[in-house]
Amino acid sequence: MPETPSAVRPDVRGPLVAIRGVSKVYERGRQRIEVLHHVDLDIPEGDFLALMGPSGSGKSTLLNMIAGLDLPSEGTLSVAGRRIDRMSSAELARWRAAHVGFVFQFYNLLPALSAQKNVELPLLLTRLSAVRRRRNAAVALDLVGLADRASHKPSELSGGQQQRVAIARAIVSDPTLLVCDEPTGDLDRHSAEEVLMLLQRLNRDYGKTMIMVTHDPKAAEFAQRVLHLDKGTLVEQAGTSA
Amino acid sequence: MKYLPLLFAALMRKRTRTLLTLLSVAAAFALFGMLDAVRVAFNAPQSVIGIDRLITSSRLSLIQPLPYADLARIASTPGVKAVTYASWFGGIYQDPKNFFPNFPVEPESYLDMYPELVLPDVQRQAFIKTRTGAVVGQSLADLFGWKVGDKIPLRPTIYPHRDGGDVWTFDLVGIFKAAQPELRGSEKQMLFNHTYFDEGREIGQGTVGWYVVRVEDPARADQVAQAIDDQFDNSAFETRTQSEREFQLSFAKQIGDIGLIVTAIMAAVFFTLVLLTGNTMAQSIRERIPELAVLKTLGFTNRAVLVLVLSEALVMLLIGGLLGLVLAYLALPIIGEASSGQLDVALQPASWTLGLGLMLAIGTLVGLPPALKAMRLRIVDALAGR
Repeated sequence: MPETPSAVRPDVRGPLVAIRGVSKVYERGRQRIEVLHHVDLDIPEGDFLALMGPSGSGKSTLLNMIAGLDLPSEGTLSVAGRRIDRMSSAELARWRAAHVGFVFQFYNLLPALSAQKNVELPLLLTRLSAVRRRRNAAVALDLVGLADRASHKPSELSGGQQQRVAIARAIVSDPTLLVCDEPTGDLDRHSAEEVLMLLQRLNRDYGKTMIMVTHDPKAAEFAQRVLHLDKGTLVEQAGTSA
Repeated sequence: MKYLPLLFAALMRKRTRTLLTLLSVAAAFALFGMLDAVRVAFNAPQSVIGIDRLITSSRLSLIQPLPYADLARIASTPGVKAVTYASWFGGIYQDPKNFFPNFPVEPESYLDMYPELVLPDVQRQAFIKTRTGAVVGQSLADLFGWKVGDKIPLRPTIYPHRDGGDVWTFDLVGIFKAAQPELRGSEKQMLFNHTYFDEGREIGQGTVGWYVVRVEDPARADQVAQAIDDQFDNSAFETRTQSEREFQLSFAKQIGDIGLIVTAIMAAVFFTLVLLTGNTMAQSIRERIPELAVLKTLGFTNRAVLVLVLSEALVMLLIGGLLGLVLAYLALPIIGEASSGQLDVALQPASWTLGLGLMLAIGTLVGLPPALKAMRLRIVDALAGR
């Protein structure tokens, strides 16, 4: 993993992520839509969890809440012993910067920046010097096998390569959690497999805790654990597959 | 500083659009720089200290003539070395579009007063002796193809000829040149004999438009100016003695309130600029909502995103605005030179400061609405394209 100034893990007793009685309700005018219904879930450190389910089952909502992008309407959500459901917007932003790495379906790289600069983005929020930021980004790019593409803009890279740059950006600050929302949803089979193997390697070799939302059963096979959601409820817990 | 690459990446995302916006901003501020220089030139207080040539005209109005009898009193004022006079004729040659200044003057003393108008001695003598004689500058002669011996008819706008004709005809007896290239503007005027003018006009006989005074000691010019004006205090023809430059500006001010005109033009320009850059910024932010959502996802706080977007607008305005002011700074001396020194304008420090203030104000005005929108962006909605 690339160096960060002090990626000190809090002393966690119990699961890394603890979700208790979490519900999420959206109100659209007079309509009240319950997307998640009293979800209880523990995710231990070093886990590679795949969340599956049909569209609208609430898997992305659950992922967003674990990642601190959204807050539950009810229940508690702790990560590494800290109640993130009680944090303010600014506290959540700082917490995400320090503890969460994101991989999106459509990569979401900034098109005007090179791969290197895209990877450096999360480090802008740290106190690292420019030299250290460059060095850490180079290490992360090397880790995903794209050291030779550092100066390329996203438009000059294939989909698989862009996703690997996105993974480098997700890991460059050595986060506690890596959340991946349909990371292979926009990739061909070969590129998807490369990306999944990379994620698996990050989990196995570097102990990264990963939560991945996917529609694809083949992708879910790379996870240690698969959970199914249906209509906002956890309906099934599959065993370890990898 | 570490966010600068992010800032420039955002600006360079659509290079053509950014370039066009920068050019619009630069054009607006170049115009501002030039107009403000004109405004400052017209409004700046003028001192007569160090100036050896003064103009005495009516305190009431430039179109109010002064009695010819004042000549002797002005000439006898302590500190006055020489005096001459002239009037505004306002004659038109063939078409009003052919405008050029034409003044009746007292030939000998006027040419003595203005040694920078270089006339061959033979032509000078002819001008002094010929009642209907006129001299023109080389530029004016070249413009209309005039040569010595030509008859030049001018149609009066103020003074009809007492013979009932609506044409005054002058004999061109000389063509003068400016002593220095920067005074070439003075070659665009016509001078003719004041005696002929005074005899021929139906109204205003025995008056002159203004007196030109040369002082003995330029360091005492302000005291001399005051002494001249003091003599005519509480008389029917109170005077105002000022520098030539201030006198010329007073002439131009007759068009109207230059400051108000300039301010109105600048207000229209900046109003258009606000609409243009405001629209550009809003469009730019709309297109980048997913990118801004990603920044927030990565941990950029709401305030950081607000500052980032606001900075984009400010940077665009500052780069374009400073470019515009530099262009104005470079263009003003060229314009001054092209006008042969008649338009003596320069970008003053106050204009730079005002320009900088306007850049910051417009940048904030156009940047704040999209910045607030970006700040309030809900990550989950933005990422989902809602």
